[in-house]
Amino acid sequence: MDSQAVAIEPALAANAAATRSIYRHRLPVRVMHWINVVCMTILLGSGLNIFNAHPTLYWGHDSVTGTPWLSIRGENSPAGPVGKTRLGSTDFDTTGVLGVSKVSGETMARGFPSWATIPGPQWLAMARHWHFFFAWLFVVNGIAYVLYTVFSRHLVKDLVPTRTELGNIGRSIVDHLKFKHPTGAAATRYNVLQSLTYLIVIFVLLPLIVFAGMALSPRIDTVFTGWVDLLGGRQSARSLHFLAAAGLLLFVFIHVFEVIVAGVWNEMRSMITGWYTVPPDHPAKEVRP
Amino acid sequence: MTTTYTLMRARQRQRRRLLGGAFAAAGAAVLSGCDKLSNNEAFVDTLKSAQRLSHAAAGVVAPRKAMAQEFEPSQVAPVFRSNGTLNPGDADYVALRDAGFAGYKLTVGGLVDKPAEFTLEQLRAMPSRSQITRHDCVEGWSCIGKWKGVQLAHILEQVQPQAEAKFVLFRCFDSMDGPSLDGHDSRYYESIDLNDANHVQTILAYDLNDKPLPISNGAPLRCRVERQLGYKQAKYVHAIELVADFAKIRGGKGGYWEDEGYEWYGGI
Repeated sequence: MDSQAVAIEPALAANAAATRSIYRHRLPVRVMHWINVVCMTILLGSGLNIFNAHPTLYWGHDSVTGTPWLSIRGENSPAGPVGKTRLGSTDFDTTGVLGVSKVSGETMARGFPSWATIPGPQWLAMARHWHFFFAWLFVVNGIAYVLYTVFSRHLVKDLVPTRTELGNIGRSIVDHLKFKHPTGAAATRYNVLQSLTYLIVIFVLLPLIVFAGMALSPRIDTVFTGWVDLLGGRQSARSLHFLAAAGLLLFVFIHVFEVIVAGVWNEMRSMITGWYTVPPDHPAKEVRP
Repeated sequence: MTTTYTLMRARQRQRRRLLGGAFAAAGAAVLSGCDKLSNNEAFVDTLKSAQRLSHAAAGVVAPRKAMAQEFEPSQVAPVFRSNGTLNPGDADYVALRDAGFAGYKLTVGGLVDKPAEFTLEQLRAMPSRSQITRHDCVEGWSCIGKWKGVQLAHILEQVQPQAEAKFVLFRCFDSMDGPSLDGHDSRYYESIDLNDANHVQTILAYDLNDKPLPISNGAPLRCRVERQLGYKQAKYVHAIELVADFAKIRGGKGGYWEDEGYEWYGGI
């Protein structure tokens, strides 16, 4: 241990001179990013509160004839209230979190727990007010972002991976699994997995969540009568809306995890002030082909 | 040295725990802040402003006469789900129900030139429309059923609404808080605008799935406004009133659930 630390130190010192900062995120991107953080937090919380009003999801048009695939419920048992979550045809005991949880100290039957919903108590009308206000902000912000990425060439220059980068996808996967982050020049660009993830989030998950959400509106359904069939019917659209939200939540977990692993302060600074300190190259990197 | 390493790892773990704690604390602060804001009238009014935007946008993207989707007979649910009041206990309703609704009359009045009353036989004798549509509850469930009834536009034509009439108000038999003993009025009511009232698919339904409307689904007469959510589909309708506005009626929000905080426009 000790000898190794000593060996690395001079190399670090030599590289210190090479440490440089780059202006990584431009102002519009930073502003839109944080608006998005607020919107997604509130849309998720209020969405879970809305979900709780009927905590079952189906495939099909109708919830009577449709096929339920996820159902969260509370039941009474001799041992007290039990929370059950059915996924497909398998029941899981989820007491304390899903189905049965405490709301201000009182054990209650409810889908998602109060610490995950906006507002905390079951309050469908209020959750809808939150949801639709922030849905508007989210969509306007999203459209502004897409227009900006296209016209500022952020999309082509930074987000779309090059042919070479796509060819090196194998190495990128291995690096990610080893929690190894790019340094030097490589750290000034999004890596290939990162670009692909961003592209999927921006051009697949986000449009899906918006269209599936709009399919839930009986009036928007009439824009082209029958278009909801493209999503498999209204109850399928409700399921897809939920699954897209789950996909986005998974993305956020990975995104935040990567930020922490890659260096919280440097990454946070770059999204607040725009300036990012490029991690110096490891001495070992020179030997790489 | 192992001790330095252990110390480093311990510090790292502590930092991570601190970071995790900070995230959790920030999350809890956001959620409790949202709960406080949900009880702040000015803030909630701001949130509600999105309703007007949604209603206006729906009017722009969905043509005024756009039709709700209609389904095949094979897609009809075997039992139509019922919600809200399932069997009104109000004395006037109970008397009518026990007589098989023989004495039922629909009263149409308010800002109209020719106020009128219609018996069920008269309504059934009028031109009818059948439609297989999907009912979408605000809670999230849906149910497909076949409705038959008279178009509301047909009734309006006969009573001649006056120029200042802007909304059609439905008065229902069922008291949501149970039959009143002290004059407290909790009877269900709803309202829609003239665009929706005159829409082809807006009907006063007396049949469901080729049988007389069951009591749990609003017998003898309920409204179908197919481009809006379930709470707009007033059940147990006994009177229709044309009004210029509803600010002075009951809670002033145009409907039972609207007075409880739900949107007046139930198309979203």
